Amino acid sequence: MTLHTLNRPPSNAALLADCLRACSSGDTLLLIEDGAYCAQASLPLQLPAGVAACVLAADVAARGLNNRLAPGIKQVDDAGFVQLCCDHARVISWY
Amino acid sequence: MSTRKRFLVISRRPPYGSSHARDALDTALTTAVFEQPVSMLFLDDGVYQLLQAQQPGGIQQKNLGATLSALPMYDIDQLYACSDAMQSRNLGVDDCLLPVQLLDTDAIAQLIRTHDVVLSF
Amino acid sequence: MIFSLLVYAAPHSHQAAESAYRFAVACLAQGHSIHRVFFYGDGIHGASALATPPQDEPNLPDRWQTLAQTHGLDLVVCIAAAVRRGVLDANEAHRYEKPGHNLHEGFELSGLGQLTEAAIVSDRMITFGA
Repeated sequence: MTLHTLNRPPSNAALLADCLRACSSGDTLLLIEDGAYCAQASLPLQLPAGVAACVLAADVAARGLNNRLAPGIKQVDDAGFVQLCCDHARVISWY
Repeated sequence: MSTRKRFLVISRRPPYGSSHARDALDTALTTAVFEQPVSMLFLDDGVYQLLQAQQPGGIQQKNLGATLSALPMYDIDQLYACSDAMQSRNLGVDDCLLPVQLLDTDAIAQLIRTHDVVLSF
Repeated sequence: MIFSLLVYAAPHSHQAAESAYRFAVACLAQGHSIHRVFFYGDGIHGASALATPPQDEPNLPDRWQTLAQTHGLDLVVCIAAAVRRGVLDANEAHRYEKPGHNLHEGFELSGLGQLTEAAIVSDRMITFGA
């Protein structure tokens, strides 16, 4: 299982597409930095089956996105980020 | 170094416009020098690195294509490119300066699962 | 668990440099160890002793050094990337006959092999890039 971090907004469609196509069932996508904009309800992510998405809470708060998040995308804190790294065999950074 | 890990270097930027492609290549070469098995995967605009006949003399840069051609000499012969990225840019394997295997979406996800360390540039 | 970090983004230009620091702090707070933080590409600017942000903004090189002192971190800066971009230690300044050196205390210049070595001996390698 792989943890994918993504730090660019959804306007970087090619990056998001590459990231999603690299995801397998059991993987997790963690949206960080400008990647937090990908967690908005108005722009639903097309996640492959069995892939969970979450978003770094500090990046959500910084950008005023708290009321715009898609249901089903969990917020995690920095400790949660570290734990996700432990829970997955490898980490890929998409930037 | 006794421990061996399987490395995958993902390169998704075009050559010359930024240092990403060169840094990815240097990382792969260094990993090979450390006698670790290393594969390279070209995605998105990274496939433009594979184009033949690069002549960067006019922009005062070293020829990335020439270094790429030398990868097999460093035992880096597991070279992959995203078939969609190639097709959408009108590139075929005949346009490439060295042999690459084309991978579809499922194969890319599978490739990642078979590596221990993934470094992306 | 043993972590190593790859910092591939310059402070102030991109949030990723700051994210790496926050991740390192969180990692250590949970009792994990960090084998090495490797600064590569524009990330090497995070090791400049001359960085002088306004007083109400964090000084990332200072904070890395403090964290390294407290936890015995190995802060390694890619020598080829750094010398090219003008971050030199005393040895390199002497070698290239430059008028000064500016590698922040607590960091060291070394080869890209230190990135490979870190990935080999660590359980997880996390990249913060731009």
